[in-house]
Amino acid sequence: MKQNFKKVLLIVPSKIVARGIEAVLGELGEFRVEGILSDLSHASATRLHNMDADVIIIDPVVFDYVSRMNVRARISEYSSAPVIALKTAPMSDEQIRQFDGTISMYDEPVAMVRKLRESLASHEDAPETEGPELSAREKEILVCVAKGMLNKEIADVCNLSIHTVITHRKNITRKTGIKTVAGLTVYALLNNLVDPDSIGL
Amino acid sequence: MTKENGKIVFSESMKLADLIDMNWHLLNVLSRLDIGLGFRENTISEVCAEQGINLNAFLLICNVYTYDDYVPSAELLSGADPATIVDYLHNSHAFYLDKAFTSLEESIAAMVEPCDDLQKKIVARFFADYRAQVENHFAYEENVVFPYVRSLKDSTSREGYTIEQFEENHSNIDETLHDLKNIVMKYLPDTCDTVQRNEVLYRIFRLEEDLAKHTIVEDTVLIPLVNRIEDSVK
Repeated sequence: MKQNFKKVLLIVPSKIVARGIEAVLGELGEFRVEGILSDLSHASATRLHNMDADVIIIDPVVFDYVSRMNVRARISEYSSAPVIALKTAPMSDEQIRQFDGTISMYDEPVAMVRKLRESLASHEDAPETEGPELSAREKEILVCVAKGMLNKEIADVCNLSIHTVITHRKNITRKTGIKTVAGLTVYALLNNLVDPDSIGL
Repeated sequence: MTKENGKIVFSESMKLADLIDMNWHLLNVLSRLDIGLGFRENTISEVCAEQGINLNAFLLICNVYTYDDYVPSAELLSGADPATIVDYLHNSHAFYLDKAFTSLEESIAAMVEPCDDLQKKIVARFFADYRAQVENHFAYEENVVFPYVRSLKDSTSREGYTIEQFEENHSNIDETLHDLKNIVMKYLPDTCDTVQRNEVLYRIFRLEEDLAKHTIVEDTVLIPLVNRIEDSVK
């Protein structure tokens, strides 16, 4: 009998909190905790990448204060699932906005599940280029990156918002596993997407 | 071995040979601290005493190198000589630049041999840029950070620099290596020989692991150690 659970990945340093969420969600069904990571080390990131979670719940304290703003960006390198912040400490509005939703440790279990459901639904509505290969748009942006263009320039040329350009770049990195501009340039060259003369080779 | 925070870690009374048997990667650590082989049945503390190596520093490096989430104890840190850590880091730099990068570069050249000239050039340029980036990063540590740490010993605190700045300048050079790995694994033309690609990948994986440990030694041993000294000088 195969049950249709949504797979949840927890990135929570506290074992007690993690086990608590696991138990609460387990009782209500619908969502099930399939993996618990205590940090975002290299090994954890690999698991994150491979688990194919439907939703990720993260306690932002796993990132130190200065880098907290980039939490969301880091995760989207490895997974396209919606990311929900678990509020264990006060967070600024700006920090909250980067997540696809927030839940609190003091939420009623039913409310928690409702919030997860809502975040998941609104995330699915968002345009998302899927499939393992790069889309035509992504290839176009990759070529711009290889030519050394900045996000602002790419946005102007392609008639997109900077935000959209950034989303495309994240997707390119997630699909190819390549993070640096130099690496993306090599990728574009090896796949004959860009003229070597145009980048001084 | 002793237990620290409920975890088993290496202790001075272990035989050095048993230590290596538990984690053969520590052979790297020995050579970087100029500890030769042929240490017979000697314990860690005996070998360190014989070779004039600071025992606590040695234990810290070996523990960090072996246990993923190792957090140095205040006790070990308090008796560790920062100069030994700096010597170790300096010799690691020399190892990466003189040995690891050179052999990686050679095996990359052998791997792309069947490719066309443009492809060879693309890969060679990427590696050269990576190497330059790392050299640049090491040069900063060699020219600014290490002399500063060594100068702390004379307890004449140098004005205008603290180890805090090091933490800020501690840039990530591992992303480029990560990219190289993916390029070799996934995107090189099929004309490249698999055995040679594997050879390159083994080298990258080993280097990646070693560099990661190197960073952890800096972050969890060197920085806290220097912080302690800075605080005591104030």
